[in-house]
Amino acid sequence: MSANPFFDPSLPKRHRSARRFKRFTAASIIMTLAFLFFFLFDMVRTAAPAVWQAYVKVDVTYNEQTLRFTRKAVDKKYSKIVSRAWLRTLPKQVDTEPALMNTTVALWVLADDQVDQYMKGHHHKLKPKEVTTVENMKENGDIELRFNAVFFSQGDSKIPENAGIQAALIGSVLTLIVTMMIAFPIGVMTAVYLEEFAKDNRLTRFIEVNINNLAAVPSILFGLLGLSVFINLFSMPRSSPLVGGMTLALMTLPIIIVSARAALRSVPVSIRQAGYGLGLTKLQIVQDHVLPLALPGILTGSIIGLAQAMGETAPLIIIGMIAFIPDSPESIIEAATVLPAQIYTWAGMPERAYVEKTAAGIIVILLILVALNATAIYLRKKYELKW
Amino acid sequence: MFHAEFTQKTGTFKERLVVILLIVASVISIVTTIGILFSILFQAIEFFQLRSFWYFMTGLEWTPGSKDSKFGAVPVFAGTFMITAIALLVAIPVGVGSAIYLSEYAPPRLRSLLKPVLEMLAGVPTVVYGFFAALTIAPAIVHIFEFLNLDAAYNSALACGLVMGVMIIPVVSSLSDDVLRAVPNHQRHASLALGMTQSETIRDIVVPAAIPGIISAALLGFSKAIGETMIVVMAAGLRPNLSWNPLEDMTTVTVRIVDSLVGDQAFNSPETLSAFALGLVLFVITLVLNMVSLKQIRKFKAKYKINTL
Repeated sequence: MSANPFFDPSLPKRHRSARRFKRFTAASIIMTLAFLFFFLFDMVRTAAPAVWQAYVKVDVTYNEQTLRFTRKAVDKKYSKIVSRAWLRTLPKQVDTEPALMNTTVALWVLADDQVDQYMKGHHHKLKPKEVTTVENMKENGDIELRFNAVFFSQGDSKIPENAGIQAALIGSVLTLIVTMMIAFPIGVMTAVYLEEFAKDNRLTRFIEVNINNLAAVPSILFGLLGLSVFINLFSMPRSSPLVGGMTLALMTLPIIIVSARAALRSVPVSIRQAGYGLGLTKLQIVQDHVLPLALPGILTGSIIGLAQAMGETAPLIIIGMIAFIPDSPESIIEAATVLPAQIYTWAGMPERAYVEKTAAGIIVILLILVALNATAIYLRKKYELKW
Repeated sequence: MFHAEFTQKTGTFKERLVVILLIVASVISIVTTIGILFSILFQAIEFFQLRSFWYFMTGLEWTPGSKDSKFGAVPVFAGTFMITAIALLVAIPVGVGSAIYLSEYAPPRLRSLLKPVLEMLAGVPTVVYGFFAALTIAPAIVHIFEFLNLDAAYNSALACGLVMGVMIIPVVSSLSDDVLRAVPNHQRHASLALGMTQSETIRDIVVPAAIPGIISAALLGFSKAIGETMIVVMAAGLRPNLSWNPLEDMTTVTVRIVDSLVGDQAFNSPETLSAFALGLVLFVITLVLNMVSLKQIRKFKAKYKINTL
């Protein structure tokens, strides 16, 4: 007989089930974390080889004939070892430095991507004879892995060892400038109207429902809008940062509006009442007091919106920003590509050498996103006001 | 609540100009929505003038590009729903489980540590997930099922669905977490006072109270999954395939949209216009899902008189 009249015989069972439930919830969060770490580890591991790039030391001959047939500039056995992309720059080199003409110089030059892959121990397509050449060069110290500066100083290329992200980075910056120039003012104005001026009427409610729906529209549909309105109807230049930026601006708008409204709402009513008490007009109060106080919050939300626009790919594919663009765009109406689109194009390339470049591009974009989000958090922490 | 409303009745000219400017800015969001709707609708109508609407909705063959091209979208829808279903099977239990752990069990310090990590997952661009699915997950799945003597395609629906599921976890967990935390504390206290264990309180009191919000989160995840493009473009197949086997390759609405628009066909060819017909379907479905989701949240807010969600 149990001495305790409140003893519930089913209690052990209930406790067991309680533990099971808690373990299930803990397991789900651990799974999520495990995935994240595995994913990051896998990306870093794939990207790591892209830090280095093989360079070879060969004798390069500059003369009339080799400038025309650049492959002949190096010894025949090296013709598959040296990067084709580098050989193509020979005429330009002579243009900038005429003294090179009719000389033979021993130079460290970019190696072919197959040599690079061989040096990194990856799958390669070198012939046995070329492998012996590379092995010989290795013994003589005529081949080495150096920091891959090409990756940051070049645009896209069909020759893997010459491909870099510079053009895509500049394209991204131009596109995002257009995006923010449009989305930030319109977003803040909408938020100010809805929070400070709008009366609770049908138009206001319609706008609110609309913003809510706009936030839920799949991004690819914004691409369809950009294609049929901006490009086909207004004949704006295809693949340009202008169209891309406008399309992304419409997508970013709801994010900015929602965060700006929250920031405005957190400014206490007493600030406004004090303004009225001093005889200010509504416009003066909003412009000189409420908006400056809400600005850090608005900026935080805008940076988060910017980060989202930065990683967006689908609508930009639809409006043609995946074209092959080797040179950096110089204005917002030239054809350009953006970083995530560059990642997409490289991911579809058949050459093995692009895999590490794709992963390296991903690491770059993730670092930029982390930096943007860190800025947002810093701003929020630094200027957060407790009322 | 006291609210100051002392505006001069006769605002100055400048004042009125600013208000008009603000209204114009606000209307842009409406213009955008209408723009999306009409730009898609007009081209879709053009498409349905060329091809039958009925066959589009019920036809089993999708063969663009060929001489007598057929546009029956059922296999495309089937692939979309297969991948979405796999994604939701991952995202809903894991997302809701994470949310319960974060909001109910985790001590505040652990919570403030874990929350940003989940947000990080939400911030990863989908093109990155797509690359990860194609490079790592899909081959892994092929190898695992090879071991079980099953044939899996390198662009299987399963690989896409799994990665997409992970992508949606933060969507589901973040809203669920907000909703669970909004359940008033007196409900928990009452249940604990009656001698229920903490887990029983959560399972039988807090979660049922928050269920409209959790449904809303799941619907949001659903709508994100069917509209997701990059993961499926990079890791799913191009071939419309009507099958129940998740190890086979399948295509989705978004893949077909991208595929038909990056080609070189004339803009008014049925191949290109079919993208807009599919886009219209996508637009309608996500719109309905969002409406229902908002309604659920509103129901929850009205029940507990919460204004902060």
